[in-house]
Amino acid sequence: MKEFFEMRGYGGFVWSAYAIAIGSLLLNVWLARRQLRSARNDARRRIAMLENP
Amino acid sequence: MNWVWFHRFGSPPYFYRFAGRWAPWFLGIASVLAAIGLYGGLVVAPTDYYQSDVFRIMYVHVPSAYLMMMTYCWMAGAAAVGLIWRIKVAHAVAAACAPAGVVFAGCALLTGMIWGQPTWGTYWAWDPRLVSSLFMLFFFLGYIALRGAIEDRDRADRSSAVLAIVGVVNVPIVHYSVVWWNSLHQGPTLMRSDGPAMPMSMAWPLLVMLAAYTFYFLAIMLLRARAEVLRRERGGAWLREELVRLELRS
Amino acid sequence: MAVLRRDLLLAARRPGEWLQPLAFFVLVTVLFPLAVDPEASRLRQLAPAALWVTLLLASLLALDFLFREDRRDGTLEQYVLSGQSFTALLLAKTTAHWLLTGLPVVLVGPLAAISLGAPLQSLPGIFFALVLGSVSLSLIGAIGAGLTLGVRGSGALLSLLVLPLVMPVLVFGARATQFAMAGDDFAAPLYLLAAMGVLSLTLAPLAAAAAVRISLE
Repeated sequence: MKEFFEMRGYGGFVWSAYAIAIGSLLLNVWLARRQLRSARNDARRRIAMLENP
Repeated sequence: MNWVWFHRFGSPPYFYRFAGRWAPWFLGIASVLAAIGLYGGLVVAPTDYYQSDVFRIMYVHVPSAYLMMMTYCWMAGAAAVGLIWRIKVAHAVAAACAPAGVVFAGCALLTGMIWGQPTWGTYWAWDPRLVSSLFMLFFFLGYIALRGAIEDRDRADRSSAVLAIVGVVNVPIVHYSVVWWNSLHQGPTLMRSDGPAMPMSMAWPLLVMLAAYTFYFLAIMLLRARAEVLRRERGGAWLREELVRLELRS
Repeated sequence: MAVLRRDLLLAARRPGEWLQPLAFFVLVTVLFPLAVDPEASRLRQLAPAALWVTLLLASLLALDFLFREDRRDGTLEQYVLSGQSFTALLLAKTTAHWLLTGLPVVLVGPLAAISLGAPLQSLPGIFFALVLGSVSLSLIGAIGAGLTLGVRGSGALLSLLVLPLVMPVLVFGARATQFAMAGDDFAAPLYLLAAMGVLSLTLAPLAAAAAVRISLE
């Protein structure tokens, strides 16, 4: 197990790279979902305004 | 070409529903594939003779770089479709690709830099592949900046489409830069005419990760394109239906 | 042809506009010998980069007025509506622009190179590289200028858009200059510069025309 984390001395490099990669991918999903949510709210508001002038 | 299919996707409600249906699935598939690929890459694959365990960065670096180029091609292609056939949904798709492109390009560069330090002795070198990849990042950023700077949405769509298409020249440069020039970056190892230069035990996790990243990109692109389509909709009846359906469900 | 003549005549009446990039170029290249150790070898190492970066910046500066006046007084729209090949008109405008901004810089360039420590024998090579490079810069820059017509804060945006597209010009131009200064054979980068020039000449006006058309709608 320890070997796995240390990656023969290259652990710092490997794990930081993976952290950046996976972290940014997850962040991107979260941001995309947030964008969708806000667009939906905007649309809802717009429709509401149209229906109640 | 089946024009019906084409026009169907061009219709905002169809696209919206299609994206809504498939995005979660694609994300799920991507996660499963990523889990398999990561396990294969980090645990199963044997240690490399020359690069010891550091080569495992490849399993995130190469898919990022590959997707960076694929995203750009999608973006330019969608932009071209939107420009030529004047299909608004296509422009939405193009806009959706850009943020993903920034993430992929940024990741490719950063992971590449981290990989470069122990293997080449330096984080950066002004060599063709690295520099052209940096440009790819700039192109994505420029595309987003241009879109943001122009207020009229139609003009923003079409101007950024022109920009995307002009920038396509960079894609072959990035891809072939290691073939045309004496580059610090290693040459093509996977897509060669005489087969991959890697043993299969190392190669299969890479292929799996490539697939995972691809599904991930599709999912993200669909999600963002949905948001774009929503933003552009001016209160068509389908929109109210959708929102009502959402209310009922939640 | 008429467009070319018109642009040149108009510019002649407003020398301040097109002299600006030239003045910028001269001033900045003079800055380098002042800022860097007067020890010749260090300056000479920097010379290709300094020359080309300054050329790049000067041409970015110059792009500002490529379309400005014509857009303001509506001539640009008339060009689009005139029914003549807009691409050809744009090529004429870009040529006039290059003659006013690129050419003076290219003529002064070798002198600037000398002040940066370039040997006399290298000057022809430097001159050719500058000619080819500045032509590409003007043509490609026109695309960026067309895309950012009338946009707020277009200066910085223009740089962001144009720089990635013209980096190859910078790279090979500097390399050609470097080889010329070292007395080596500089044919290879020069050919590449020429190839880029030809590519820009054929494709850039099309893209720029499309960009301007879209921006004017």
